[in-house]
Amino acid sequence: MTETVVIGLGNDYRGDDGAGLAVARLLRDMGVPAIENGGDPAELIEAWTGADVAIVIDAARSGEPAGTVRCHNDLSHLSGDSSSTHALSLADAVALARTLDRLPGKLTIYTVEGATFALGATLSEPVAEAVTSMAHTIKRDTGLWETSADTGKLLPYQHVDDPP
Amino acid sequence: MTHKTIRVGGLTRVEGEGALLVRAHDGRITDLQLRIYEPPRFFEALLRGRAFTEPPDITARICGICPVAYQMSACQALESICGVTVEGTLRDLRLLLYYGEWIESHALHIYLLHAPDFLGYPGGVAMAADHRPLVERGLALKKAGNELVAAIGGRAIHPINVRLGGFYRAPVDLTPIAERLRHALDAALATVEWVSGFDFPDVEHDYRFLALQHPAEYAILSGDVAVSDGTFFPVTEWPYHVVEEQVPHSTALHARLDGLPGYLTGPLARYALNAPQLSPLALRAAADAGLGRVCRNPFRSIVVRAVEIVHACEEALRLIDRYTPPDQPALPVTARPGVGHGASEAPRGALYHRYRIDDVGLIAEADIVPPTAQNQARIEADLHALLQPRLDLPVPELTELCERAIRNHDPCISCSAHFLDLHLHHD
Repeated sequence: MTETVVIGLGNDYRGDDGAGLAVARLLRDMGVPAIENGGDPAELIEAWTGADVAIVIDAARSGEPAGTVRCHNDLSHLSGDSSSTHALSLADAVALARTLDRLPGKLTIYTVEGATFALGATLSEPVAEAVTSMAHTIKRDTGLWETSADTGKLLPYQHVDDPP
Repeated sequence: MTHKTIRVGGLTRVEGEGALLVRAHDGRITDLQLRIYEPPRFFEALLRGRAFTEPPDITARICGICPVAYQMSACQALESICGVTVEGTLRDLRLLLYYGEWIESHALHIYLLHAPDFLGYPGGVAMAADHRPLVERGLALKKAGNELVAAIGGRAIHPINVRLGGFYRAPVDLTPIAERLRHALDAALATVEWVSGFDFPDVEHDYRFLALQHPAEYAILSGDVAVSDGTFFPVTEWPYHVVEEQVPHSTALHARLDGLPGYLTGPLARYALNAPQLSPLALRAAADAGLGRVCRNPFRSIVVRAVEIVHACEEALRLIDRYTPPDQPALPVTARPGVGHGASEAPRGALYHRYRIDDVGLIAEADIVPPTAQNQARIEADLHALLQPRLDLPVPELTELCERAIRNHDPCISCSAHFLDLHLHHD
């Protein structure tokens, strides 16, 4: 039986860095279990260890227009630069998990391009809109999920193609 | 005259980012600036006008690594205004929460950020490839800290169970955590043995140490302020002794202690001022590690952090052993107008908060002095002393040395800074 975890990453008080957390909360409101992670790489690895599928939502800064959403199934191009506002970047956590053989069976990362990461700022308008669309996309993609009575995790996972 | 510029795209393995500029002329360092771009003042502005109950949760968001420190300093400052002192079992729970944070933070720093410096790896991921059991041990240690924080704080990161006066809900049974902590204690002792065998650069600085001091414990949650020159004052007098000043190259403030810059807070300071109060196993581990009564070599701070994990595990086990749930999870706290001060020992050093509550229970003023801002001038002094006799070394070696010297202090620069690039000029 497939076991899936959904994890939103970020910091609510660093502007658009809170996007992943916002998606996780919205998903829970929509009945999809999702975990919030404040950027602790060890917790992240712990959360997806043993899962067949993990979906991670995080903010990104790559120079694209604010609010641009990407779905990454190929993780080889994740940047290792320490430009994360977390203690270690998501790329670091992925690399560390790979080294320790603790990656989930399948890892999908949704990123949304942020506009501002200033202390105390709230989500920018384009990112707030993207948060809603990402939550609906993930909800739609996982429409047949049920919650395991034993673990609280989702099963089974119905994967669809990458969003446009 | 030769001119050389070196840029390193991000000074790695520090929490957050900043920049370092070093200029040398005729073999002398003429300028050395650790640049900090983003002021924590925004948070202080954010707090003004909020309910007096909100700062513990809001300030906890400043740092993903040490939210408990922010919560505890804030709670104590605000409770002091309201005439409330949290004691007994509720204070034990706060201590347990804080020990969990120390274990989390120190384990992360030792295993994934600092140890690679001593073993010749560019980072924890590369080190894990060759030393998987070690990194697994570090992650297990960190997990024990996370579970302790989660058991009391509701979750491992940004605990949600903390409130003025205590907690929203007190845990019923902590014995499952004790089993995990017993393993963690073994791992912590092995960590001390491991890191004490590293090859440390032969460097000592004449530090002026500042740490909280408590009559009954190795201060973490509360205490008075002790300085290695004999100065001693209650936290309420902090503003008279510690004055922050703006420096041109940084948006963070540099702290002066009684008029002099460059004091050090953090593990070396705590150890120098309070080592006799460490737990028995931690004391023995420190002795076996050859730390001596005072350690002035910043590169050996990794050993002190490991000793502090032993202390945190042993003390947490002692507190859990005597734990029975309190009658009430929190004392009632009613707003009163006034000014209050609170300080605690974050993993990186003393963290001071001051608040003023107005007549209607809103925050009228807030002042936060994080440890990294206090240490910034001292880190610059460390770098100056380290680089001056070594300016002839190749630039890549100097760059690596700078990075290591900064990481010695585990700066949580995101508390006070953002984005670190290194610019080294040889004129």
